[in-house]
Amino acid sequence: MIETHGLRRTFKTRKSVVEAVAGVDLKVEKGEIFGFLGPNGAGKTTTLRMLSTLLPPSGGEATVAGADLLKEPGKVRERIGYVSQAGSSYPEVSGRTELVLQGRLYGMSARVARERAEELLQALDIADAGDRQTKTYSGGQKRRLDIGIGLMHKPSLLFLDEPTTGLDPQSRAHMWDEVRGLRDTGTTVFLTTHYLEEADALCDRLAIIDHGKIVAEGTPDALKRQVAGDVITLGVEGGNDQALAILRAQSFVREATEEDGAVRLYVDHGEVAMPAILRLLDGAGLVLATLSLARPSLDDVFLRQTGRSLREAA
Amino acid sequence: MKFLRDTWLVFNRYIGIFLRNPAWVIIGLIQPILYLLLFAPLLKGIASTRGFPPGGAYNVFVPGLLIQLGLFGASGVGFGLIAELRAGVIERFRVTPVSRFALLMGRALRDILVLVMQSLILILLSIPFGLHATVAGVVVMLGLVALIGLGMSSLCYAAALALRSEDSYAPLIFTVSLPLLLLSGVLLPLDFAPDWLKSVAAVNPLSYAVKAARDMFNGHSGDPDVVRGLVIMVALCIVGVAIGARSFNRAVA
Repeated sequence: MIETHGLRRTFKTRKSVVEAVAGVDLKVEKGEIFGFLGPNGAGKTTTLRMLSTLLPPSGGEATVAGADLLKEPGKVRERIGYVSQAGSSYPEVSGRTELVLQGRLYGMSARVARERAEELLQALDIADAGDRQTKTYSGGQKRRLDIGIGLMHKPSLLFLDEPTTGLDPQSRAHMWDEVRGLRDTGTTVFLTTHYLEEADALCDRLAIIDHGKIVAEGTPDALKRQVAGDVITLGVEGGNDQALAILRAQSFVREATEEDGAVRLYVDHGEVAMPAILRLLDGAGLVLATLSLARPSLDDVFLRQTGRSLREAA
Repeated sequence: MKFLRDTWLVFNRYIGIFLRNPAWVIIGLIQPILYLLLFAPLLKGIASTRGFPPGGAYNVFVPGLLIQLGLFGASGVGFGLIAELRAGVIERFRVTPVSRFALLMGRALRDILVLVMQSLILILLSIPFGLHATVAGVVVMLGLVALIGLGMSSLCYAAALALRSEDSYAPLIFTVSLPLLLLSGVLLPLDFAPDWLKSVAAVNPLSYAVKAARDMFNGHSGDPDVVRGLVIMVALCIVGVAIGARSFNRAVA
């Protein structure tokens, strides 16, 4: 659905040339939710604006929705929807007016545009607000209208720039459901986010970007597994030494250390390792006092690739 | 044809937004009406002075006032565009296949329609004060206002797209429009001006529009000044539209 090679964008300021996107190679498959995760200023929005024809690339090439981004931007525009972070509706007009106009700009007849607008207002649960001026909308309603505007012409690919920034937790959950629903109808979704939880919970695959370069790419699970695997922390009554010796010898344990009076084990699959550990310690006559399993987060992935925490960077 | 269809859609949108607050027609007229009530009477006293153009105070002042209305009316249009830029509406349009030129023309046509309506009201209000107008005079006058409106609003849209903020747009249009106004002979005829001021005013395209408008109202429709004023306004309009179209076309804005 999207394929890019060496996509670059530089901005000239008075003093210097800033490389906002420094050669991005991406491949997004049809029907997936693809996330672009990175701190503010990493080049996420710049990449998105290039892919949606808003910004000419300084270099590289890209195919978007089956059309060449540089040679056929008109075809790309017909096939994609774009929902900007800044919003897309004018405060003085109604949501329905915005939807109908959007459809008309894509060549729909007035009747078809009205029907499609009604359909989307219902589907996005903003039918009651449809005829009110958009300045009266709540944050969540406004964002849903933005998505409706982006979906008006039934694009096969939808770009969402920071779709849940500024939303309360309930609206965010609602938005996630909306995005999953889109995937279920066969729409490919490309979204940017600086929320780890969002990238983790929502995206089928993601790319992590920092300083204009992709530093990691894959499914959230695979990315996290690359880092260190799962971490099991346990404590044994009467001292950890014997347990540490036993566990260190196991092939499924990548690394075992003792920290702050507890044994820390790095394993590939925590849920498989835990029962085995229980059996081993039980067999040796040791009594477990505590046991816990922690999974690495995408932040650990980011930390490993960039040397910084995303929470600090963002 | 796609361009005409898109222009019609865009025009309709902005007419719709305008009709939500039609009071703006009147608000935009308050300033020229104040000039008509509180400034034009001063000219009555000097209308017989040597050097004052023929036709009486109102036939000299009102045509200029209409040109001023066109200039000021068009210079305000950028504020709406900046509000839309901020709301993300312009970016949203740019991702659609809509004709870029239609985005400009649809808006500008709305601006022209509003200006022409305001001009008609102002002309009608001026008649009781002593304005003598012929139909031909009014038609050419409205044409001049429409040309100024189209050219100036296109330029102002280009400026708004470049500056993207009211804080820099407002000072710019004030700085540009005041000298344009003073050097056009709208308030007092340039016939009174010293030679150096006349030479500076000769560079201002609006001074030709004002001259042409006065000639039309005084029944000198065949005067070369009228043709010259119209030609210069058409040229200004073409330049303005070209610059505006280029701004809407540029991908970065």
